[in-house]
Amino acid sequence: MTGRATGGPRLPAPREPVTRDVDLTRPRRPGQGENPHGPGAWSEENSHGPGSRSGGSGESGEGGPAGRGLRVTGLSVSYRTARGEVPAVTNVSFDVAPGETYGIVGESGCGKTTLSRALGRHLPPGGSITGGGVTVDGVEVPALSPAELRRWRTTSLAVVHQEAGSSLDPTMRIGAQLAEVLRLQGRGRAEARREAVALLARVRLPDPAAIARRYPHQLSGGQQQRVVIAAALATRPRLLVLDEPTTGLDATVQHEILDLLWALRAETDAAVVLISHDLALVGRLCERVGVLYAGRMVEEGPAAEVMASPRHPYTSALLASVPRLGVSRHARELAAIPGRPPVPGEEVGGCAFAPRCALADDLCRKRTPALEPAPGGRRARCHHTDRLLATPGSPFEEPSDAPGAPFAEPLDSSDSTGSSGSTGSPLEPTGPADGTDAPSGVPLLEVRGLTRKYGRTIVVDGVDLTIGRAEVLGLVGESGSGKTTLARAVAGLGPRGTGTIALHGRELAATVGRRDARDRRRVQMVFQNPETSLNPSHTVRAILTRAVRGLGGSRTAAELAARASLDDHLLDARPDRLSGGQKQRAAIARAFAGDPELVVCDEPVSALDVSVQAGVLRLLSEQQRLTGTSYLFISHDLAVVGYLADRIAVMYRGRIVEEGPASRVLAGPHHPYTASLVAASRARLDDPESIRLPAGEPAEEPVKESAEERVGSARAGGITRESEPARARPSGWASRIRWERAAGRDGVTKRKDANERKGVNVWEGVNVREGATGCGFAARCPLRIEGLCDSVDPPVAHTGDGHTVRCHLDTGDLPDTGDLPRTAVPVTAPGDRGTRHDPPTRDAKAPGDAQHTPATQHARHTHDTRDAQDSRDTQDTRDKEDGSP
Amino acid sequence: MSAVTAGAGGVRRRVAGRDFRVALVAGGALVLAWAVVAAFWPQLVPYDPLRHDPLSRFLPPGPEHWLGTDQFGRDTFSRMLAGARPVLQVAPLATALAVVAGTAVGLVAGTFGGLVDEIVMRLLDAVVVFPAIIAAVLFVALAGRSVTVMVLVVAGSFVPIVARSVRAATLVEREKAYVEAARLRGERPWSLMRREIFPNVGTTVLVEATSRFGDAIFAAATLSFLGLGQPPGSPDWGASVSDNRVWLQLAPWTILAPALAIASLVVGIALVADSLRGRWEAS
Repeated sequence: MTGRATGGPRLPAPREPVTRDVDLTRPRRPGQGENPHGPGAWSEENSHGPGSRSGGSGESGEGGPAGRGLRVTGLSVSYRTARGEVPAVTNVSFDVAPGETYGIVGESGCGKTTLSRALGRHLPPGGSITGGGVTVDGVEVPALSPAELRRWRTTSLAVVHQEAGSSLDPTMRIGAQLAEVLRLQGRGRAEARREAVALLARVRLPDPAAIARRYPHQLSGGQQQRVVIAAALATRPRLLVLDEPTTGLDATVQHEILDLLWALRAETDAAVVLISHDLALVGRLCERVGVLYAGRMVEEGPAAEVMASPRHPYTSALLASVPRLGVSRHARELAAIPGRPPVPGEEVGGCAFAPRCALADDLCRKRTPALEPAPGGRRARCHHTDRLLATPGSPFEEPSDAPGAPFAEPLDSSDSTGSSGSTGSPLEPTGPADGTDAPSGVPLLEVRGLTRKYGRTIVVDGVDLTIGRAEVLGLVGESGSGKTTLARAVAGLGPRGTGTIALHGRELAATVGRRDARDRRRVQMVFQNPETSLNPSHTVRAILTRAVRGLGGSRTAAELAARASLDDHLLDARPDRLSGGQKQRAAIARAFAGDPELVVCDEPVSALDVSVQAGVLRLLSEQQRLTGTSYLFISHDLAVVGYLADRIAVMYRGRIVEEGPASRVLAGPHHPYTASLVAASRARLDDPESIRLPAGEPAEEPVKESAEERVGSARAGGITRESEPARARPSGWASRIRWERAAGRDGVTKRKDANERKGVNVWEGVNVREGATGCGFAARCPLRIEGLCDSVDPPVAHTGDGHTVRCHLDTGDLPDTGDLPRTAVPVTAPGDRGTRHDPPTRDAKAPGDAQHTPATQHARHTHDTRDAQDSRDTQDTRDKEDGSP
Repeated sequence: MSAVTAGAGGVRRRVAGRDFRVALVAGGALVLAWAVVAAFWPQLVPYDPLRHDPLSRFLPPGPEHWLGTDQFGRDTFSRMLAGARPVLQVAPLATALAVVAGTAVGLVAGTFGGLVDEIVMRLLDAVVVFPAIIAAVLFVALAGRSVTVMVLVVAGSFVPIVARSVRAATLVEREKAYVEAARLRGERPWSLMRREIFPNVGTTVLVEATSRFGDAIFAAATLSFLGLGQPPGSPDWGASVSDNRVWLQLAPWTILAPALAIASLVVGIALVADSLRGRWEAS
């Protein structure tokens, strides 16, 4: 994939390293010239015409000199347990050339992490490599003696684990921790300290010297992850293993970390192994991917081709389970993979995926398929690849239209009952499960002026919110925006404060303890963390029965479980025997025990694998159709919210900055903050479709025009600003990389890089209002009006259809993200769309300063309040440094 | 960095299963042996532990008297066996009382929080700051010497310790979503406490019980050493050490035997407690 990007004519020279003393920049990797994907290799026909590939790059990227990079051959790992040796990884082979990124994808429990740990030989107790080899630059890792292994790890291996916070020593300052790694490499004390700061700059942390003096808890999650990445780079590794580096981070931060990794891979010459449960996410960043299922590689090949035309049903199902931005549940149900992967040691005759695969037949159940090489350097382990490929499009995506489709997983009653709920306008009462006593004109829930504080910090600041009957209101915001506090307040949990919450026009008590039985029954909640939401001491049946009794419901535990697609035999299990998805299903069943009218869903899927998430989202959607219950659904992921919600409210720093029908909010014109979320979300996964686009076709022209129009119109609004023409970008790779990466790379200025480095932090600023008036987003907003936005509270603008935006800009000037990706296939790259409306900041700078005006591409590139002034200064100095050739 | 830390983690690992079993079996055997002795010592002793024999005073260990005799010619071995009973009467009862009371107090304080928590915990603080030995002396002086008094004194000094651990565990559980879900369906605090929280602080309670049991043995021995336990002349371990300490140089075996008996019982309990704790906390 990079092959295309880097091999293209627009390839800029590699950036100057941020700092001179740590020159990790290496010449572009050797594979550059031999672009394995010929022109047109990305077209749709390619899916079955891989013969067009020129080079037999063989099983994998063996482009480099013999022995360079990572080579894994027939690797098997097993654990000693009470039941004897249990294989966790079986006969896995792949190669990663230096500078190449290889993605390993699969659900939890498929052996990804075991595989990654086997690469550096740091398996947990009881685990051992039972066969096969791992070679890194010719070094046989399994054969190393303990002393050699230690030395090899210091010099050649770097691992980034899932939870960055726990990889850092909480008692040590960041700088000292990094220096420690460098000292291990044999640097002197002072030198190590200097280099540590340089490394922090390399991972684009703002004001690295200040960061170096902080302790880990003083950094945000994204910043911690950057520090860990900096530490990994300090070793100049030959093998870099990234184990779910973005899981658990906000969508926007996730996007930035991937972005950083994308940027850094060009600078390091390591073989990179990236592990994730999200194929769509990883596919964008990797040259090749391997899909792991039950410890075996089931499919392997160039990432774009695997994503465009999967040859294994599992891959196909993984892809189909990702919610796409702007695709609502009304348009397409998500396709979840039924069941769960086999636990290691569980005997599955034949193909391990057969029990969950709709294409499976007797052959699959009897004979284990081999990993057959397919044309195009791909391999797949399936008897029925042909059948899968024969199905047009992805057979896994439209279960409702194609009843025979592999993952239809229909809920019997949902279709008949559901239609009434889903067709009506969301605001109209469509008859909730039981009769209500309120007049029908009154919305179900009305929140007015709700304010909640923790100590002196205002977390929810005068929020107004309305939820209609049978309506799903999606609430989006980043971590710390107050969305969870708001949701808990609606449920009657959390601190007390001012403001009213009315149900059916009647005011609810602020705390759940004071609500009467009827009100409690009406408002229920699904919590974020499946691990804590069920009492570990009770069986599922006891939990559900108790909920039914407590809420005065009429159903039995078994009925509730059946409606939540929870297997009968799990009813008598305790929660520790359930998977995350099953726990969340049980929690949903519990919330529905008393036929609630409003269910508050607080990030119910953010802790789940993508494939499991799809199942839970579908369940929520089906329950909603079935019962006509309203949801207050919270997520930081816009695509998830967009799937479920009829209306969306966007929350930023305790305020609702925008609210309206889902399509209006997603398409715009919308609040600049929403625009940035949409852009990040698009970039996260643009549809695999966009990746299939032919390479190198610039499609930026119309975009450019409209960008200039917008700048013009904004000027006409009486605001002076320096405009910078939108620049042309190759869409092919901008679709994989995000817009801002494209901006940084097409070589316009070095200053942009500096700007970008700095811009990075604005997303991770401490998200607490400091009692200031004005728009909370002003500091990060690319469109802010100096002297107005940061001092005067923005008015609420109505743009029709019940769509409101809290912004000082005229509605005509609001950013507009345009069509949603699905409808626009000959796409301008998502990045382009994200940027086209973004004129430079309205910083009141003298025209002569034009070049020094931060060429803001987007909201991301503005300054954080705290650092605004001083980052501007440092930027100028950096500009000077970078400017010198 | 991560690689380095991960590497270090891999080097020090133990085969948890085997360690667990050895400690549990060894400790369990010790405790069980003493329990049998406490129950059946009248059948096991070679001599009457109370019988004076002026002709055989201060005999060193030998074939007649395995562990020698004391100043009155009483058989040390028989006295050691007989001494197990008073200790094993007091310690389990005291532990049980302390754990039950402490768990109740800790659960209430943790679940209700606020003013209730504040009052209960400050009261417990007041108990803790009062020196336990002085309290015991006062109590025995007022109520007289008996097993009941010993039990109450030992239990009373352990209640605050148990209560604090249980309260801490309760506070952790109380914040979890399943408790909030129970509140959302209208469970009352008492029912929250019993149904939702209590089963999940069980591990803490068990860990406390095993740790306190060892301490209770020691506390009972200490009290009887100070003369607050059994009446003088009884074969109690603490009292024996106290009675014979003047003859330490002449007949060290008279002290060593009861001292080692206390030590072996406490160590046995600690071994069992540690291995069980490892298992409970892992699960």
